[in-house]
Amino acid sequence: MNLSSLSVAVLGCVFLTSAVQAQEPTGTLKKIEETHSITLGHRESSIPFSYYDDQQRVIGYSQEIALKIVDALKRDLKLPDLAVKLNPVTSQNRIPLVQNGTVDLECGSTTNNLERQQQVAFSNSIFVVGTRLLTRKDSGIHDFADLAGKTVVTTAGTTSERLLRKLNEDKQMGMRIVSAKDHGESFLMLETGRAVAFMMDDALLYGELAKAKRPGDWAVVGTPASLEAYGCVLRKDDPQFKQLVDATIAELETGGAAKAIYRKWFESPIPPKGLNLNFPLSAEMVKLYANPNDRAL
Amino acid sequence: MSYSWNWGVFLSPTPSGSGTYLGWLLQGLEWTLLLSLGAWVIAFVLGSLLGVLRTVPNRWLAGLAAGYVEAFRNVPLLVQLFSWYFVLPELLPRGLGDAIKQSDPLIQQFIAALLCLGCFTAARVCEQVRAGLQSLPRGQKNAALAIGLTLPQAYRYVLLPLAMRIVLPPLTSEFLNVFKNSAVASTIGLIELSRQGQQLVDYTAQPYEAFIAVTLLYVLINVCVMFGMRWVERRARLPGHREGQ
Repeated sequence: MNLSSLSVAVLGCVFLTSAVQAQEPTGTLKKIEETHSITLGHRESSIPFSYYDDQQRVIGYSQEIALKIVDALKRDLKLPDLAVKLNPVTSQNRIPLVQNGTVDLECGSTTNNLERQQQVAFSNSIFVVGTRLLTRKDSGIHDFADLAGKTVVTTAGTTSERLLRKLNEDKQMGMRIVSAKDHGESFLMLETGRAVAFMMDDALLYGELAKAKRPGDWAVVGTPASLEAYGCVLRKDDPQFKQLVDATIAELETGGAAKAIYRKWFESPIPPKGLNLNFPLSAEMVKLYANPNDRAL
Repeated sequence: MSYSWNWGVFLSPTPSGSGTYLGWLLQGLEWTLLLSLGAWVIAFVLGSLLGVLRTVPNRWLAGLAAGYVEAFRNVPLLVQLFSWYFVLPELLPRGLGDAIKQSDPLIQQFIAALLCLGCFTAARVCEQVRAGLQSLPRGQKNAALAIGLTLPQAYRYVLLPLAMRIVLPPLTSEFLNVFKNSAVASTIGLIELSRQGQQLVDYTAQPYEAFIAVTLLYVLINVCVMFGMRWVERRARLPGHREGQ
């Protein structure tokens, strides 16, 4: 195991150096240069990262970062007329679509983890979230321990689902866990009383609050069960493109531009309802902005 | 395309530590079989009954069955499922609705999917049975009534035995459709086969292995159903009768 991962690393270095020495654009950069277009993958309802506003335009924190990367591409490849195609993706198809070349870059709310690193590459992280609970204010639930014997909803295919099932088995809590197909449906389960709490990445929970009929009825509670780093997804073994994406994100994060984008989406009124998420910059985010990196947490 | 294959993924342990990913798929297969067979029983009984009603000489009963078919055949299956699962409990009296919503989620999902799939397929079975009954020569019914059988007896002993044999092949495809349609239950969270496949993708990031395995399992189910129905067709064949071929 150690020996093989070492040899992979060595091989990777060999590829990296040979590609950099070549100077000619390779991989995705070459494709972008030849076709004069790039396809961005985006989410449809990951508020406030990547979602549709009421005129079906794609907006959000991650989308804005993706567009900054497009600006950098225009500048570096000298392609001022670079066409940007948008391709909606789901949590289920985003990785295959990047792999098979349908999508060149996906910036949404994709957690960087080791399983996914087997298939695709992750850029420098753009966000750090904690997994917490959304519940009705009068439900009497304050932390994960209060969930014993209750029905809890989470979204299928997320790290929260995994954590929740593990917690349930490790601590014998007798929770009944429902997995809904997207965040909207999870919140519907909570709102209609099918579940007492909704476990998810805290930033997305605040995003669901922004859509609720009466946001004042709900609260995000609990100590974060885990931390997750979101990154943009790109194809593996594409060092030139990754280098450009990483450099752009690092520049945004250390130069203060990322902070301004953060304020716009997390501390000011956002579409569709003009609600302010009031989600202050966490200590982890401050750390990330100071030290941009592409590590999974 | 840069994809790293890993067929060993099915034997690796799940994150919760109990069992393997293959175990998940087999568990999903169990739910798919249970759901589909249950829905088929509902569809077959209800559909046959409605098919008979569509051909009886009573305008009200025939109209009732026709209305049922129009409603259940023209509304998309997914919309029907969401209605059974999300809308129905809200329409019931408050106490009853809340009791349903607070019961075991797995049972709720299963019952909603079972009723949805059963009622949807019943509409389709009904039309097949009606077509079978209408394809019989008019003389059959008249002769049955002329020898003194009542109308229910004529259906029971003469018309249905012939009509059912005629529609066996199209009913086979409806039976196959139930298994394939059962995948819609994944949208309300029932952990049937296709849902477990998606779950595997989410957990392991190996979509191709997972979906190939799921596809093969669906094919396996359908091959079994086809052979089973061939056997039924052979057993039910009447010597010298045209529909047996």
